Order: sequence, then C-alpha cells, then structure tokens
Amino acid sequence: MIQKTGPGLSTFTAPEASRANALHAGAWWLWALGLAVAASRTTNPLLLGLLVGVAGYVVAARRTDAPWARSYGAFVKLGLFVVFLRVVFSLLLGSPIPGTHELFTLPEVPLPDWAQGVRIGGRVTAEQLVFALYDGAKLATLLICVGAANALANPARLLKSLPGALYEAGVAVVVAMTFAPNMVADVARLRTARRLRGRPTGGVRAVLQIGLPVLEGALERSIAVAASMDARGYGRTALVPASVRRTTNVLTLGGLLGVCAGSYGLLAAEGAGYGLPLLGAGLLAAMAGLRLGGRRTVRTRYRPDRWGPRAWLVAGSGVAVAVLMIWANAYAPEALHPGVVPLEAPELPLWPAVSILVGLLPAFVAPAPKENA
Amino acid sequence: MIRFENVSVRYEDDTEPTLRGVDLTVPEGELVLLVGPSGVGKSTLLGAVSGLVPHFTGGTLTGRVTVDGRDTRTHPPRELADLVGTVGQDPSAHFVTDTVEDELAYGMESLGLAPAVMRRRVEETLDLLGLAELRDRPIATLSGGQRQRVAIGSVLTPHPKVLVLDEPTSALDPSAAEDVLAVLQRLVHDLGTTVLLAEHRLERVVQYADQVLLLPEGVMGSPAEIMAVSPVHPPVVALGRLAGWEPLPLTVRDARRRAGGLKERLEGRDPAGRLPHPAPSRTGAAPQAPLSGLRPVPRASTAGGAGFPARTRLNLSLFQRRRTEPETPTPLLHVEALAVRRGRVEALRHIDLQVHAGETVALMGRNGAGKSTLLSTLVGMLAPTSGTVRVAGRAPHTTAPGELIRQVGLVPQEPRDLLYADTVAAECAAADADAGAAPGTCRALVSELLPGVADGTHPRDLSEGQRLTLALAVVLTGRPPLLLLDEPTRGLDYAAKARLVTHLRSLAADGHAIVLATHDVELAAELAHRVVIVADGEVVADGPTAEVVVSSPAFSPQVAKILAPQHWLTVEQVEEAL
Repeated sequence: MIQKTGPGLSTFTAPEASRANALHAGAWWLWALGLAVAASRTTNPLLLGLLVGVAGYVVAARRTDAPWARSYGAFVKLGLFVVFLRVVFSLLLGSPIPGTHELFTLPEVPLPDWAQGVRIGGRVTAEQLVFALYDGAKLATLLICVGAANALANPARLLKSLPGALYEAGVAVVVAMTFAPNMVADVARLRTARRLRGRPTGGVRAVLQIGLPVLEGALERSIAVAASMDARGYGRTALVPASVRRTTNVLTLGGLLGVCAGSYGLLAAEGAGYGLPLLGAGLLAAMAGLRLGGRRTVRTRYRPDRWGPRAWLVAGSGVAVAVLMIWANAYAPEALHPGVVPLEAPELPLWPAVSILVGLLPAFVAPAPKENA
Repeated sequence: MIRFENVSVRYEDDTEPTLRGVDLTVPEGELVLLVGPSGVGKSTLLGAVSGLVPHFTGGTLTGRVTVDGRDTRTHPPRELADLVGTVGQDPSAHFVTDTVEDELAYGMESLGLAPAVMRRRVEETLDLLGLAELRDRPIATLSGGQRQRVAIGSVLTPHPKVLVLDEPTSALDPSAAEDVLAVLQRLVHDLGTTVLLAEHRLERVVQYADQVLLLPEGVMGSPAEIMAVSPVHPPVVALGRLAGWEPLPLTVRDARRRAGGLKERLEGRDPAGRLPHPAPSRTGAAPQAPLSGLRPVPRASTAGGAGFPARTRLNLSLFQRRRTEPETPTPLLHVEALAVRRGRVEALRHIDLQVHAGETVALMGRNGAGKSTLLSTLVGMLAPTSGTVRVAGRAPHTTAPGELIRQVGLVPQEPRDLLYADTVAAECAAADADAGAAPGTCRALVSELLPGVADGTHPRDLSEGQRLTLALAVVLTGRPPLLLLDEPTRGLDYAAKARLVTHLRSLAADGHAIVLATHDVELAAELAHRVVIVADGEVVADGPTAEVVVSSPAFSPQVAKILAPQHWLTVEQVEEAL
C-alpha cells in the first residue's frame, strides 16, 4: 500500500496502481455488466451514447499498457460494424415497421410463392432505418461494455477467483485463448516472409500457402507449453480417500441434473411448483461437489486480489446504473424508447442521464495506473 | 544427485538410438556442461533428467535414470517438479501466465506452497535475478534476455535441487548472457544447486563449468581434460593448443598470463595484411574463387571509399555532383538519415550506412537495439518513416517483391519462415520459379552448399544448420548482390558454423555484399571487414572490425582479448602469421 503523507484530501484520491492494491477483476466485470444491463433497457441513442462515453472515459483513465488492455479499440470497431450490418440488413430485407416517410425504393427481387413473407429489396422508409439504427446502437453498446471489462480486468486474474476444482480447466482455457493472438502474429510474420521469396504478400493464395506452416507452428507451440506446464507441476493431485471421490462425483452429477430439471420445471407451463426448490437443491449439491472436489488439488494461490472498499464502490456503481435504468423504465418509459412511428427526435431525459453518470465513479476511485514516460 | 545407468533412448521412427548406453553420475552442487556436435542427443539427455523423455516425447528409454533417488520411470514430470527445474531452448514457449510476478509464482502454486512462503520466495528471486523493476510487466513486452531470466526465475522459486537448461544463452547478446551465467554460478556457489546445461557457445560458458560431459562418447571429466580432446572447443582453447600451452587455459585471464611469449613472436607482424579474406577497400582486387554454381556479381571498382564517412559525402554532394567523383564508387547499399517508427517506439533514428560490393559488415548491439528492424527495412518489409534507403539504386519498400529478390536477399532469424514446401526438391523448384532462374539453379546450389541431402527430405527433418543452408540457397537463387543474414549462428555447432563461414567468405570474394546481424563476436571477427554497433536505434560505432571490436570489451573476441593491444582477431590469423 502506498504510504500517505498526512490526512486531508489526498486520502481520498486514488492511489497509484500496483499489484498490492489491484482492483478485483470481478469488480470490473460487475461494473461493465451493470452498464450493459442499462444499455439493454433503452433504445434512446443519446442515452446509449452517454453509456459508451462513460465506459470509454473510464477505460481511458484506468487502463494499463498491457496487451489485453488494447482490445478496447477492437471492440469499438466491432460495435460500429454491428450497427452497419444491422442497417444494411434492414435496407435489403425490409422491416415490419410500418413507415410513411419513404426515402427511396430498391429494385425488388421476385421470389416464389413458398417464400411468402420474405422480401429482398423494395421500399425503404426513414422509420425503418431509424429503428435499425437504434437497435444496432443498443447491440454495439453492449459489446463496447464487454470490451471495457476486457480492457480493464486481466482475464487471467479473474481465473484466480475460480473454485479450486475448476482452476485447472480454467488455465487450459486461458492458455488456449492466447493462441489466437499468437497465430495472428505468425500469419503476419509468414506473410512478410513471403516477400523475401519474391511472392506477393496479399491474396487468397498467400493465405492458403502459409496456412499449413501457421498451424504447424501453433501445434508445436502448444506441445511446448504443455511440456513446460507438466514439468512445472500442472495437474499434481493430492491423495483423497475413494469415498470422498465418489461423494464428489455423486454430488456434482446429481446437482447438475437437479439444475437441469429445475430450470425445465420453471420454464414449462405445469412445473412451476417443484421447479424452484429443485433448482435450489441442485445448485447447492453442485456447489458442495465442487468444494469437495477442490480437496483433490493441492494448489495454492499467490496474492489473490482482495475485494476491498474500492472494489465495492466500482461494482456498486455498475449495479446502481443498472438498477436506476430499470427503475427509469417505470417512471419515464417514453423517454427511454423514443418513438419511431411516428418519427420523433429523441430527447435527453434528465434523471436517467444523471443515473448513467454514476458509472463514472471508477474513474475516480479505482487505483490509477502508472504514467509511462 | 543425478544417476544414469546404462541409459539408451530410441524414438519410434528412428533406426538408431539417439542415446546409447550412457552411464554417469552428477554429484550434488556441480555445474555440468554438456558439449558435442548437433544431433548427438544433448536435448534428449536433458529431457530424460526432468522425465519429459520419455513421458512426454514418446520413444523408449531403457536403463535407469534417478534424480535424488527418484526413478523417472515411476515419477512423471509433474511429480519431479519440486526437484527438477527445466528451461527449454525457447523461453517464450515456457510461459503459462502473462505477468512476471505470476510467472514466478506459478510453479509454487502448482506445488501447493503456503502463500507466505510464496510471497517471500518471489521477492527473493526478483532480487536474485535483478527482475524487481519488471515485476508488474506483461511478459510479452520483455526483451529476450529479460525473458530468459524470468524463465530461469520461474523454475527457481520452488527451490529445485537440480536445474536443467538447454542453450540458455544462444539468443542473448554477450552482456545479457554474462548476467544469466553469473546467476547460475551464484546458485551453484550459494545454494548448492546442481546445474546441467547444454550450450553451443562454449566461449561463454566453459569457464563456469565444474565438469564437462562430452557426447556422443559419454566421457565426463574436468573442463581442461575434456577440452584438450574435444572436437568442439572455444577459440581460447584453440589458441592454447596452437601455442602448446600446458595446462590448457580455459579463461581469457589464464591465457593472457601465458601469452607473453606468443605476443613476442607476433610482434611486428601485421594482422591486417594476413586477413584470410582481404577487404576490397584495402587490397583492391579480392581473390577470385567463385563457387561454381554462382555467377560472379558484376562489381564496381572498389578503390577507396568503403570507409568514407557519410556526413562528408553529404557535404560534398551539396557542391558537386556525385558523378564527378570518379574515385568514389556508388555503394550497393546506401542508407541516409533513416528513421523507422513502430507505433510510438522510434526503432531507428538517423541511421547512415553504406555497404559496397564485396564487403562484409557485421551489425552488433544488444537485444532490441534495432538490428532486425534495420534488416527488415533494407528488404522493404518495413517502410522508412523518414530518410532514404537505396539498394542498387532502388527503394526496397516500393519495389515489386519479384524484382527485389534479384537485388537483395534476407535469411531471417527463423529460416523455417522461408520454407513452405514438403520436400527439398519442391522447395528448390519453387525458388527457381520465384527468382525466374533456370530450372535446377537452386538444386545445384543446395548440392554444393549442403552435400548429401536427398530430394525427398522434408525441410523440417533437417538439422538447424542444414535448414539455414537450405534457406541460404533459396535466397541465393535470385543472385542478389546484397545478402542479409539475421542471427545466422543461433543453434549452430562449431562445425556448422565453420562451413557457414567458408560459404560466406567465398560469396564475399565473388563480390556479394553481406550484412549480418549477430551476437556472435567470434563470427563477426572471422567474417566481417567492418563492424557497425547499433544502440537504441542509432549507429554508435562504424569502422574496421579490428578497431571497433578491440576497443569494446563486450564485443571483442577471445583472441583479441588475449593478445591485446595487438590487433589479432582469430586463431586462424595467428596460425598463418606463425
């Protein structure tokens, strides 16, 4: 922890980030999911823009230079692509939204009778485009919120909070995920190497020809990592009595079955009575199974992230945004969903906007990353 | 500590066993160095200690390997993890987590050590290896030397009794290599760790070894005994054998104490006149001994001018046209005020460099200094941010690849990147087609540089040195007057290196200009007419090899250190002078 020089305002400013005061990765995810839930409750482009702005500001203020922190830009691009795709589909396939403001008409492709209800081309109205735009913007905002969590929280750190029985599977997943960026790097390297052979670096043929070496390289690397993990004690297990092992299996399997049956009961029309208790019992049994299974692993955790007051504040601000937006749906539904038919300009409702700004809290309370010279 | 009893290892498809009947005992707290030419099973022997051979690699192991009394037959690698720490050839394939501190803790977490113990050991190891400043850094952002230290640190934290390292310094610059070796020596001296390591660059490690194990004979003995008979040996040993010093010196310091007599005999003789491959700028005409498969490259007159400083030329050109200076030939490679930015990093800043036909230039400098970036810019893989690059009058990044390969060829750090085909024959046919050369050109080069390689061999089955030579042949098919090599001796044994040196010398004699980026000071001493030292993206020294290298302790070869202040660089020069 950073030593404070004296009491006063400095006590409340965010400390410089280090391993010791790192914010729990789960807090960042809760905050981002809170924003995402809020985004899913509105189609008002001004509010959505505000959400994106809040997420972007926090990312800009608190992300590090680490490679995983660079994913934010990719998510923003993906979001824009989603908006674009949504609008293009609406243009081409038409929309059930009835509209009166006709913009232009695309040539319509005649379709046989059995394809009734499907339309390609045809009339394009302003209402339909605005609806597609709002809808796409909502999806894009959800994606950007996920991207913000990705950029702010190290995925490997989140793993440390998994129960012991799931940790090893988790490591395997994380290692597997690192292969995507490695393969992208390989493709780039081999494509430039093609230049050295005097071949063009672009085109389908280039990709096909380097495909095999890239896969070979990925395979070799995964074997090397597996060997290294094995030599460093991955998968060491403690001896547990056979009875404990069997109980673990019964509890986990039984618990999962209970969860399945319970959720079916909840969703089906006639099973509401037994659904909830079955689901609860299944969850309990599965948790007990996981806990017991954790005894088999000998591993310990090095400096797990602590859930401190700052984590409460960050996670709380995200949850607050979600709750306030859900509540806003009750008191100002029309402001959150600006009309499309008839077309009207969206306006910025005061209270929902203020409640979104609560999401800015992490930019002030989360530990600030070191400034790089 | 480690016992091998009549151990043989054979992999499935091979007819011959890789290791045969090895018997050895490594006592506790010794640093044992494994030496031998490529392909004699050094990596297999190391793998057998950690149990990865045969548990992970497959194959059949007969005999018995025990480590601290544990039989590897009944203990898979993970059950030996608390006893043996292994670092393979490529440290980046070793990492499981993504930050330095987590990586150091990973092994201990797997073993289930208490959090307080882990915390203490991580702090100790950070200090021991000088990694404290890097503790929060993502591993992806580290340099090669830093990665190697993190990899060693990550196996040290569980306090293994045995440390197994496969070529720990091959990718490192001389000073980073010294750091790593100093750490190993400290572990042996202070903690009593047993260290078993394989390394091709003996000049770096032999003085640290307590015992040397020579493969394939399987003899173990003191370094001096083994070096007296070993076919692979560092230059200091070669010089000692030449001068008949007894006992054989292993360190530069020992050798220098005995070098008085030799220095007297060499006094008054001129090493420069005895360069086995005279620089074109010094002697005018180089000996013409072309490889039969190669047409000599048309070369400009090279009287004077190779050492001409670029700045002066710039000033001159303000007042007179270059064509009016008949005594200054146009350089084959002309780089002026070159700067390259990668993202926010200025990888190169204001580089001036000229290379003439027939000249060999070594680019040296620490890991990450910008050597590879410079080579990539010269072949047009990167566009210059500012400044100009001209190869035979063309700007590489705007020239079509097909045309460029007839002007400049690069053998990359990983020669495998250049090879796509399934067989050597197919690779050669493709190279002929790419370069527009007559069919059979590449195959003729391969047969000459690499005798005895069958057409049907898969490039992956070649040894490191053979693969490099194949890539070299592919590049040479286009007959580029300018040849670039990036770290050509990584993973090569002395024999493969000697063959490479011979090839490159005859290419230079044919009028090829060669630029090689290397950490290998001995290679630079043997080949280069000029050494250019790059630091932090700038050229900090540029001059004849003897002058640059002798004045810099990190980059001088062993012979130069022993015979300083005389300007001898290689054992070969001394031998010829005597």
